[in-house]
Amino acid sequence: MSIITVRNLRKSFGAVEVLKDINAEVQEKEVICVIGPSGSGKSTFLRCLNLLEEVTGGEVVVNGHNITDPKQKININKVRQEVGMVFQHFNLFPHKTVMENITLGPIKIRATAKAEAEKLALVLLDKVGLREKANSYPGELSGGQKQRVAIARALAMNPKIMLFDEPTSALDPEMVGDVLEVMKQLAKEGMTMIVVTHEMGFAREVGDRVIFMDGGYIVEENEPNQLFGNPQHERTKSFLSKVL
Amino acid sequence: MDIIVAALPMLVKGLQVTLYIFVIAIILGFLIGLVVALLRLAPLKILNWIAKVYVDAIRGTPFIVQLFFIYFGVNSLNIISLNSTTAGIITVAINAGAYFAEIIRAGIQSIDKGQTEAARSIGFTGTQAMRYVVLPQAFRRMLPTITNQSIISLKDTSLLSVIGIADLTQQGQIQASATFEAFKIWLVVGVIYFIIIYAITLIANFIERRVQVR
Repeated sequence: MSIITVRNLRKSFGAVEVLKDINAEVQEKEVICVIGPSGSGKSTFLRCLNLLEEVTGGEVVVNGHNITDPKQKININKVRQEVGMVFQHFNLFPHKTVMENITLGPIKIRATAKAEAEKLALVLLDKVGLREKANSYPGELSGGQKQRVAIARALAMNPKIMLFDEPTSALDPEMVGDVLEVMKQLAKEGMTMIVVTHEMGFAREVGDRVIFMDGGYIVEENEPNQLFGNPQHERTKSFLSKVL
Repeated sequence: MDIIVAALPMLVKGLQVTLYIFVIAIILGFLIGLVVALLRLAPLKILNWIAKVYVDAIRGTPFIVQLFFIYFGVNSLNIISLNSTTAGIITVAINAGAYFAEIIRAGIQSIDKGQTEAARSIGFTGTQAMRYVVLPQAFRRMLPTITNQSIISLKDTSLLSVIGIADLTQQGQIQASATFEAFKIWLVVGVIYFIIIYAITLIANFIERRVQVR
């Protein structure tokens, strides 16, 4: 059964229509990579999946909740707890330590006991290889370390789905590998992931499916080998010829 | 020197009144400022508008006019009867409140939108995101300007002497006219204000260092 269903999704910013008619399904444990040129709407698409952007039209069903249907009175804050998100610019809370960044959600939203939340945080920090940074502040970390902490923070809410919005685009090249490694591990463990990325290598290796977006539409989607090896549309071909 | 020593007990009494009014008014003013800032940023247009009118009205009129309006104007309506101290506290509070509102609004708006988005994506409500993520960071940034406004408000309390409040300035006037030693008395009054304000600066610097974002 699909864990995310998107039907006829449209999104406009004022007069600018960014998403024109998006239809997509994501199965549980699938890793979807979304690629495409800047301004193609891929980040907006991702942000519609947890309603960080209000949609203009169409339907988004996440984990059984139709979050775009006002009649269903869905508590979006509850749904967001099931959907972790990692941002291009990390957005760690600079006034809190790494440990506090990770435990803030569980303690304040789930009312988890502090000791228990910290135990979980250490497990997550081990996972991303940053246990020794627990008491550091974000300002003391490198970009790659920040992004790994951001992943741990999202995982602390024990989400069913993880959204990644260009997680490595703001990183120095030598930091990218560490972050992708953590994401690969996560994929291996069966996390449902949607990754907006410019890392074609990652999309090829880790993605179960790759979606190519352009001009507010999904132009083409396929298994990575097919999409990268034998693109069907002219637009896909010309994009790939430029980035590969 | 004898004149100063003789005048000092009354000046200290005046200082107590000044500090009493200042502390209550600044706390009230800060709470007003916080509420007005949140109204200013609220999604409802009418609330933004009310907040803006308040801020513009206070910023656009002299303190002394506000004081007379509340003490003489409001009292003349015979609906409520404010004594001079209450009127003084209210005036300083609503005056400071308007400036605090602008300081807090600017502070909140200076925090990157990504902070709110990250908090919301975890599942925090808008209010929780404001409380746990945005405001704590905004306050750190606001501290220098908050200190500044607090000092201005403390100095504004000296104008309360015109409605007969026996604050430090009023006591200075009494002592100056009683002793005919205006130079010495006003020098001492000035020094007392300076010491208090310098102490506020030191405390603020201390707090700033403690809460610095690393």
